[in-house]
Amino acid sequence: MMQTIFFVFAAVAVGAAINVLVQKHVMYSALSLILMLTAVSVLFILLRADFLAVIQVIIYAGAIMVLFVFVIMLLNLPQDEDGADRLWWLKFLGIPLGLFFLFLVIATLWNVESSVDTRAGISGSAGAIGHSLFTDFLLPFEATSLLILIALMGAVVFAKKDL
Amino acid sequence: MIPVGWYLILGAVLFLIGALGFFIKRNMIALLLSIEIMLNAVNLTFVAFSAQHAQISGQVFVFFVLVVAASEAAVGLALVIAIFRNRESLNVDRSNLLKW
Amino acid sequence: MDLLWLIPVLPLIGATTNGVLGKRLPKNVISLVAAGSVGVSFLISLRLFLAMLGQPQSELPILKDYFTWIQAGPFQAQFGLMLDHLSGVMILIVSGIGFLIHIYSVGYMSHEDGFYRYFAYLNLFVFFMLTLVLANNYLLMFVGWEGVGLCSYLLIGFWFSRKSAVDAGKKAFIVNRVGDFGFILAIMLIYWTFDRVDFASVFSRLENAALFPVEPLGSVGVLTTICLLLFVGAAGKSAQFPLYVWLPDAMEGPAPVSALIHAATMVTAGVYMVARSASLYNHAPGALLVVAVVGLFTAVYAASIGLVQTDIKKILAYSTISQLGYMFLACGAGAYAAGIFHLMTHAFFKALLFLAAGSVIHGMGGVQDIRKMGGLRRHMPWTHATFLVGTLTIAGVPPLAGFFSKDAILWGTWNYANYGRLLWFVGVAAAGFTSFYMFRLLILTFYGRAQYSDNDVHHVHEPARSMLLPLVVLAIGSIVAGWLGIPPVLGGSNPIQQFLTPATHETESESLGASTTEFVLMLASTSVSLLGLGLAYLFYVARPELPEKMAARTHAMYSIMVNKYYVDELYDTIIVSPLVQTSREFLWKFVDVLMIDGAVNGIGRVIRGSARGLRHMQSGYVRAYIGWILFGGVLVMAWFLR
Repeated sequence: MMQTIFFVFAAVAVGAAINVLVQKHVMYSALSLILMLTAVSVLFILLRADFLAVIQVIIYAGAIMVLFVFVIMLLNLPQDEDGADRLWWLKFLGIPLGLFFLFLVIATLWNVESSVDTRAGISGSAGAIGHSLFTDFLLPFEATSLLILIALMGAVVFAKKDL
Repeated sequence: MIPVGWYLILGAVLFLIGALGFFIKRNMIALLLSIEIMLNAVNLTFVAFSAQHAQISGQVFVFFVLVVAASEAAVGLALVIAIFRNRESLNVDRSNLLKW
Repeated sequence: MDLLWLIPVLPLIGATTNGVLGKRLPKNVISLVAAGSVGVSFLISLRLFLAMLGQPQSELPILKDYFTWIQAGPFQAQFGLMLDHLSGVMILIVSGIGFLIHIYSVGYMSHEDGFYRYFAYLNLFVFFMLTLVLANNYLLMFVGWEGVGLCSYLLIGFWFSRKSAVDAGKKAFIVNRVGDFGFILAIMLIYWTFDRVDFASVFSRLENAALFPVEPLGSVGVLTTICLLLFVGAAGKSAQFPLYVWLPDAMEGPAPVSALIHAATMVTAGVYMVARSASLYNHAPGALLVVAVVGLFTAVYAASIGLVQTDIKKILAYSTISQLGYMFLACGAGAYAAGIFHLMTHAFFKALLFLAAGSVIHGMGGVQDIRKMGGLRRHMPWTHATFLVGTLTIAGVPPLAGFFSKDAILWGTWNYANYGRLLWFVGVAAAGFTSFYMFRLLILTFYGRAQYSDNDVHHVHEPARSMLLPLVVLAIGSIVAGWLGIPPVLGGSNPIQQFLTPATHETESESLGASTTEFVLMLASTSVSLLGLGLAYLFYVARPELPEKMAARTHAMYSIMVNKYYVDELYDTIIVSPLVQTSREFLWKFVDVLMIDGAVNGIGRVIRGSARGLRHMQSGYVRAYIGWILFGGVLVMAWFLR
């Protein structure tokens, strides 16, 4: 049962990701990405990371992608990119390289002693994550607040009309 | 049960697709989307390992990756807007002034 | 005795002060600091000397170690000073005559730009010289040795805008270096043989006759080698054959420098060193013979060159070389005290002669050729008087100082075991030469008709009183100093001989008793001196056409002598030119330009070339960069999965 769910949503994720690359207009790519995020979120649930799954949908798909869509709509882009591809040869270089990379990874993992997942090991609940955040990872946690502040200021500065 | 290797392979595949996006797409926003795909693949891998070793810290790390992805997306998009305002084009190959 | 360290250190302070602050100080402050530091040093020397006189022989030498200079495993070298009779005499000479020359220099150099620099160097020289004579070990002595060589170079080339002066300075330093090489080898041998380098230890170990027997004549054992090497060093510093060539050229420096360094003090360092090492030399009679013969040969040789020279300072330079030869003859014959005695009187009269020559040059507006002088007696009476005193004493006319010291040397030579009589004859001949050329100099400069016209030389005049005063003091010294060594045969007790004998560990010589032989020899040498005077009078006053006739008749010999036996040219061909050629063609053009510069520039070229190639990676296209990153990532993964 679990396996079926896994395969279905894995396929959806991969398909959506490929679709991101295939689409001509960037708006469709963004929407495709939202689909992928949701599929991955389901996979999170399978891995007993319920809090993360929810966060993924709310924050990632719900806030970040919305931001993307806003910007795309703001810029009012035309259908496709102008001119011929100056680096047209990259496609031909990149694809075999990437496939080789993939081959390496799979070759490694095929021989890995795969232990079972989703055992009664951890609970990915909000409480567990929160506990860890506020004890073991307190400093990074506080630091991220600073990071967000800086990103905020940066975004505001960059997007101003007159810099 | 689902062996953890499958999740890892899925993560690798997604990562690859994200990397390929860089080679194929020329639109700057599309590049940012590819980055998001790659980050997601990494998140998936982290959570898989977290489940394998029964430790919560993998998931906590995903939390941080999320924060960083958000900030980076915000700043990146602000940059895209600024570039678009100056050039009227989002072709990343047009922005090649940092060459030798 | 606690003030002993002040003696060398005071001039050092003077040198530092004048060197660092001198540019901004007014002339009288500079002079005060410089002359004052040497003067106070002299006073302290005098006081310590008198204190030492009161102490019994067993207390001496007074040794004071101030700090450990080198500590390398078992080897140790101290900065230690030693005061005994020998070094006591030396410090008085150095600081006393140094003080007088400082005073003279104030007047002589008053119009010079580098006034402060001159005095800084001069003070530095006095510091090093005092260190040299006060050192209680060979290594510290060598420090002073090198230091005076350095200051000599600096002062010879004082007028550095003149190429001849610069070359002379370099020549002095390099020839000295050859001698120093011998000295260093000697120090190493001393350490190897005795495990120590300080005088007290070395000399006390030498007394062990079983370990260190006297090496017979003709055999070259380790002690003879040490002594010969030490003499090489002495020959360099004290301008003996064949390392004398730098001294005539050193006359490029100012006259007071020639007086102090190349007459009274630095060049005598070699003699002091041999006298100090007397214990060593007494174990190596072969080395002593070499010293005596070389010294005597140099004395005659230099005197023969001096007979025909025409530059006033060069004549005095050759005279100095000749007189130093006498001092080495004395030491070689075992009469160390006589050698030091002559060193003392020579310091007085040679400094006097040089300063007087300086005053002549100063008054003549820079002319140094004696053929262009003449009749200066009328215009420069005081200079003439002091120069006359100097000439009389160097010629050995009694009862002036030079007579007694030269007689002491000749008497010691006569009593020398190996060929002493023969050496005595040659020595007397050299004395004859000395008398002749000195009187020639005197006559041509001060007597007769003026060879210059009044529009060539404007208003010949006597120098200032500050310059005349040292001349007078030195003249008095030249007369009186000899009376410290009146031998018994003439009724004196020869105090200086007795004073120095314990310090120089002289073997018992017969010179302490009265003897008619000595009296006869004295008459002989005095008559030879008077013969020299007579000949000079003949050649230059009575029959002035004679010199040219003689020169024409012995033309070949004459021109060889005038050209200083072509020794400089010989050195140039054999040593200097090949070295310069090698340096220029091989070391410079090949090794430096092609190899070293080529390598360094080559590295630059390679880097530039590779950078030119590699920069194309920076294409500016982000996507290409991604490609590189992925490529690198694959490589890393492949590495870890291998």
